[in-house]
Amino acid sequence: MLRLVVLALVAFMTLPTVVVIAVSFNPTAILSFPPAGFSWRWYVNVLTYPQFQRAALNSLLVTGGAVALALPIGTLAALALERGRLRAPNLWAALLLSPLVVPGVAAGLGFLILAAAAGLLRSRVVLIVAHVALVLPFVVRSVWVSVKNLDPTLERAAASLGATPWRIFFRVTLPLLRPGLFAALLFAVVVSANEFVVSLFISNRVTEILPVAMFSYVVNYTDPTIAALSSLFILTTFVLVWLADRYLGLGRVFLQH
Amino acid sequence: MAKTVVELQGCTREYGPVRAVDALDLAVLEGEFLSLLGPSGCGKTTTLNLIAGFVDPTAGRILIDGEDVTGRPAHLRGLGVVFQSYALFPHLTVFENVAFGLRERRVSGAEIDRKVAEALALVRLEGRERQRPAELSGGMQQRVALARALVYRPRVLLLDEPLAALDRKLREEMRDELRAIQRSVGITTVFVTHDQAEALGLSDRIAVMSHGRIEQLGAPREVYERPATRFVADFIGASTVLRGTARGADRVALGGAATVQVAVGRALRAGEELDLAIRPERLRLAAGPGDNVVEARIEGLVYQGAQTELTARLGDGQRMLVFVVEPAPMPLAVGQTVHFHLPADAFMLLARAGASA
Repeated sequence: MLRLVVLALVAFMTLPTVVVIAVSFNPTAILSFPPAGFSWRWYVNVLTYPQFQRAALNSLLVTGGAVALALPIGTLAALALERGRLRAPNLWAALLLSPLVVPGVAAGLGFLILAAAAGLLRSRVVLIVAHVALVLPFVVRSVWVSVKNLDPTLERAAASLGATPWRIFFRVTLPLLRPGLFAALLFAVVVSANEFVVSLFISNRVTEILPVAMFSYVVNYTDPTIAALSSLFILTTFVLVWLADRYLGLGRVFLQH
Repeated sequence: MAKTVVELQGCTREYGPVRAVDALDLAVLEGEFLSLLGPSGCGKTTTLNLIAGFVDPTAGRILIDGEDVTGRPAHLRGLGVVFQSYALFPHLTVFENVAFGLRERRVSGAEIDRKVAEALALVRLEGRERQRPAELSGGMQQRVALARALVYRPRVLLLDEPLAALDRKLREEMRDELRAIQRSVGITTVFVTHDQAEALGLSDRIAVMSHGRIEQLGAPREVYERPATRFVADFIGASTVLRGTARGADRVALGGAATVQVAVGRALRAGEELDLAIRPERLRLAAGPGDNVVEARIEGLVYQGAQTELTARLGDGQRMLVFVVEPAPMPLAVGQTVHFHLPADAFMLLARAGASA
């Protein structure tokens, strides 16, 4: 009985994915299920469509830039929250985690107005800044857990052994935060790469990232190209999570609280 | 007289309204093993942290080799510290843990290999270089911590309850080993502990602390046999404190119970009110009345194998603790009236609050 419930639940959660992957191999130009045959043509279409190529490059730049900025900022924020003797630590924590509860439309509108005021509407910089704000809560959360687990005596020990505060940070603190940093990296990449609503507000044809380009495509065409691209997206995310679990021990990251 | 290595001058450390260390003066001498002994909250660990540079004093000065190091950060003090929790770096191997201080001192690779091997040999951990701390037992981890703190030949070794996390048998082994290593290296050592047996067994001198102050500083035998205050008499070993009134230079009336002769190192003034401590193992069962013999009624008996712990009440209501070595010279029972001989030199005169001893 219990096994059946679990099976139903798994089916319910994976069915949309299975359908999308199946449709992506449909040889005809309609989004129908079950597929009428097998073909790679939509995958060829994905890889040769210029707007997707441009968007993929944008995605790489935006996600790469945002993650590169959010990781150090989030790490310092997590350290400050735990160690900084802040006046109102709970308030600071709530503010840092607040983007999680702000509707995407509101955030997008806000960034749009700010970008217009700053005259940066045609720049990818706005996208990067927005993505930093959007992934920061995930980074702070993940690193914070590792900071909480860090024994301050270890840093005292390092100081007694002659290490300067900088050396302590790089030889002791940072290596011990590694599990949290890996989790943060993974979350940040996944969140940024899949972000759509806010990015839609602040990008144009030249700067748009993949999810926005996919949306634009669906608005105009209804062939399985989009299913093929979605399948690639799913595959990439799956491989990423699998690698993280395999080499970094994702289970440890989540179970260490 | 030996040279002073570490000196605290009027050091005070406040945490909000709490004065953890209160105008403390202390001089640690070259090569000695000095224990800071006291109950939790007495300020012993704060005193160690002041020396290590982990906390700064709110008042007073700290000198190392005559040089004022007050306010100097821990990493510039060149001391070795061993923590109760070991505080080994979990992401580094045993070798890298021990090498940590050498790398910070930019010692060459070959020199590091040689010194780490030496330090690990000193604590008998050869062959464990490539293991992680988590793969070692508690006792081994503590030995790694000791090697890590000794490898760069620090001026002073600071030990913060290093044995407290070990189980009893291992603790005794490590205690002997610690003493042997300290002797062979000849390093000036400050040892924080709440365990009086450890302090008595290891130290050249003991500073007994209470409420951020040193109650008494002296050799183990001196502190045990001549406790300066009631606190010291209570904290180190068991003792009974009897109130009495001097009847002459060496005669004291213990309440209404009896008058006894005492030898406390000074002449008493007749009429003086006194607190006299006596160790339970110094009292002996006596066959009957005699000189320095008191009569008491047994109130409690706890058989402990090698000895029986006995509580008895004197005629005036004062209670005494007595250890009777087994087998006892006579059968004992609660409610029985017995006689105890109190040797004159077993009495220890305690300072009374507000009066000088």
